[in-house]
Amino acid sequence: MSVTLRYFAWVRERIGKTDEVVDLPADIRTVGDVVAWLAGRGEEYAHAFANPKVVRAAIDRAHVRADTAVAGAREIAFFPPMTGG
Amino acid sequence: MTVRLQREDFDVAAEAAALSRGRTDIGAVVTFTGICRDHEAGHGVSALILEHYPGMAEEEIARHVAEAEKRWPLLGVTVIHRYGRLVPGDNIVLVVTASTHRAAAFEAAEFLMDYLKTRAPFWKQEERPQGTAWVEAKEADDTAAGRWDRPSERDAAE
Repeated sequence: MSVTLRYFAWVRERIGKTDEVVDLPADIRTVGDVVAWLAGRGEEYAHAFANPKVVRAAIDRAHVRADTAVAGAREIAFFPPMTGG
Repeated sequence: MTVRLQREDFDVAAEAAALSRGRTDIGAVVTFTGICRDHEAGHGVSALILEHYPGMAEEEIARHVAEAEKRWPLLGVTVIHRYGRLVPGDNIVLVVTASTHRAAAFEAAEFLMDYLKTRAPFWKQEERPQGTAWVEAKEADDTAAGRWDRPSERDAAE
C-alpha cells in the first residue's frame, strides 16, 4: 500500500525530512506496525521512534491511536505531543 | 464559526466587535489572548517558533469549536492561531466566544483553550540564551483538557 508519511517538530528533525511516499509491506496492519517498521529503516528513524509511546499519529488529519488500522489511509503523520495555544 | 491560521497579527478588539456587530441577541462576549512571554521556568525566551500541520490544524480546531457549540448555547466563535516566529509581547492565539449569558461564553472559551493546548497540531520551539529547544508538553495541560472529557471519551483518550 502506497501512503504519504509526514513528520513534524522533532520527529521531522530527527528523520531529516518533512514527508515521503512509502510502500508499506502487506503485513502492516496498525499505526504501531508502521512505527515498528519505520524504526528499522535506519538510525535516524530509530532515533525518532526511540520512545514510541511519546510519538503521536494522525491518519488523514485526524488523531489516531497505535492500535488504529491503517487500511485505506492516504496520509499518516507522526509528531510529538502538541504544544500549541 | 471563524477559524483562521495566519502569520500576521490580529486585532483583538476588532475581532470581538465583529462577532456582535449588527446583533442585539448577544449578552456576553469573552476574549482570551495568549501572548508570547520572555521567560519560562526560570530561563529567558527571546522568541517562539510555531510549527503547525497545515490542513489538520484548521480541521482539528473546527472540530472542537463544533463540540463547544454542542455543549453551550453559543452565538458566535472566533479562533485565530498564529504560526512562524514570534517575539515576547506578540499575540499567539485568540479565542472569542459570544452567548446570551456570560457562563456559556467563559466556559466555552476555557474549553477551547484547554483543547488547543493539547489536541491542535502546533509545536513550539523556544529561542533561549543557550540555544533553541522544543517546548515539552505539560502534564498540567493534559489534566486541564481532561476535565472536559465525558466518561466515554476518557476511555478513548487512554
